Amino acid sequence: MSRRLSLAVAAAIATPLLLAGCGSSGSDSGSSGTTSSAATSSVNGSITVFAAASLTGSFTEIGKQFEAAHPGTKVTFNFGPSSGLATSINQGAPADVFASASAKNMDQIVSAGNAADPKTFANNVMEIAIPPKNPGKVTGVNDLAKSSVKVALCQSQVPCGTVAAKVFSNAGITVKPVTEEVDVKGVLTKVVSGDVDAGMVYVTDVLSAGDTVKGVEIPENVNASTSYPIATVKASKNAATASAFVAYVLSSDGEAVLQKAGFAKP
Amino acid sequence: MPSPPPARTAAEVAALTDRVRPPWALGVPAAVGAAFLVVPLLALVVRAPWRGLPRILAESDVRTALLLSLGCATSATVLAVVLGIPLAWVLAKSTHRITSLLRALVTLPLVLPPVVGGVALLLALGRNGIVGRWLDAWFGITLPFTTAGVVIAEAFVAMPFLVVTVEGALRSADRGLEEAAATLGASRLTTFRRVTLPLVLPAVGAGTVLAWARALGEFGATITFAGNYPGTTQTMPLAVYLAMESDPEAAVALSLVLLAVAVAVLAGLRDRWLRTGSTL
Repeated sequence: MSRRLSLAVAAAIATPLLLAGCGSSGSDSGSSGTTSSAATSSVNGSITVFAAASLTGSFTEIGKQFEAAHPGTKVTFNFGPSSGLATSINQGAPADVFASASAKNMDQIVSAGNAADPKTFANNVMEIAIPPKNPGKVTGVNDLAKSSVKVALCQSQVPCGTVAAKVFSNAGITVKPVTEEVDVKGVLTKVVSGDVDAGMVYVTDVLSAGDTVKGVEIPENVNASTSYPIATVKASKNAATASAFVAYVLSSDGEAVLQKAGFAKP
Repeated sequence: MPSPPPARTAAEVAALTDRVRPPWALGVPAAVGAAFLVVPLLALVVRAPWRGLPRILAESDVRTALLLSLGCATSATVLAVVLGIPLAWVLAKSTHRITSLLRALVTLPLVLPPVVGGVALLLALGRNGIVGRWLDAWFGITLPFTTAGVVIAEAFVAMPFLVVTVEGALRSADRGLEEAAATLGASRLTTFRRVTLPLVLPAVGAGTVLAWARALGEFGATITFAGNYPGTTQTMPLAVYLAMESDPEAAVALSLVLLAVAVAVLAGLRDRWLRTGSTL
């Protein structure tokens, strides 16, 4: 409830900003200015954005704002594990923009020559998600090492799996999960359904899940973070709109949505 | 005026052969259809990393996944046979009004997307499921994320194949033989065991193989209900799907193994249940 309200407030605040950004030449926001100049030429038609599962909520919102700011555009999303998205882009999947939850998966497509010059637009850290009733009595990261606690993790090749492994190594513990999910939303789902006692997700996921899960914070000295790079895909058939979308994510408007969702500045 | 048919000349034979050849209107789509089914399989064989194959297949993960797959598919098939044949019998013999409703319900998993089956299983047998919560509270049994969970997911999806196959055979089986057995003093169970079951044995065999193959390939219900962990719940199809994200070569190699298993199954069946004109 409060989240919807805050999104509505964010949209209400953002909309006039957008209009200002698009309409006036004297806009003081640099990145919005870039968006507006692109808008005048060929920013229209549809684009497909491949984005990390953890971006589901915030990018859906950014997509709506982008469409409102650029009438005639249509943004379609394919959310999933960054590793899987990177592989499918390298195999020729029709993506116009790729937003990854780790630099490693972005490098995968950059080194294959399918994208260039990625820009980091956000950071994210880990949090433990538990069912509201806390059946595993989890109060800290060390509890995850107990064999009685059922833990869901992301697979090791997915960013959320890599970052979770870093947290465990920082904490000096070994965690044997009951399941390794395809992406972070898969982990969250298993926590929401109550079939596991805890899941390692991003702080943004705990926030987006609202009352369906509780978060157990991980101390800063143990926690690990990942950065989110974004780039247009070389094979894009609508490069102008793709670049405009990337610019929008990097703009102050995009940043506002991301911060509301719990992402940290890069 | 019976006279032997005149011997056909070579030209006549050729003309006849020509007449039974499919017309273009059927031949072309038939060829496209065949290519549509064969080319992807061919691509798997052509693109397979043959050189790296021994290394990939020797990796313990692959062997674990394959053994788990074979074990789970077989267990699921046993479960399907033990529960499915009696169910097929009831569906075939009962004339009760609700039988047709029951038949529709038990064959539903046949047409249901397996992922939906997985969600349904989670809601029924998950830790907070309508049955699962009591299993957990009374016996401390939780099925998701266990190998037993994989078997249940596979049996859920595969059993209808067996039930449908066996039920069809039971319906068309000769009732007279059963009645004869009954008049000769055989009990109903003896009649089933000694007369009915042997009559439908080919269908039981075919249904069993179908169910096994379906269980072996099961993905959606498994990953949804049983999760994914190497050694406990990561079966071959899951391993293929997940390998596609990190190591496409390994995914191709794993696919090749499943293709070989499928070919072996077909070859084994060739003479028994896959004759020309068979309903399977």
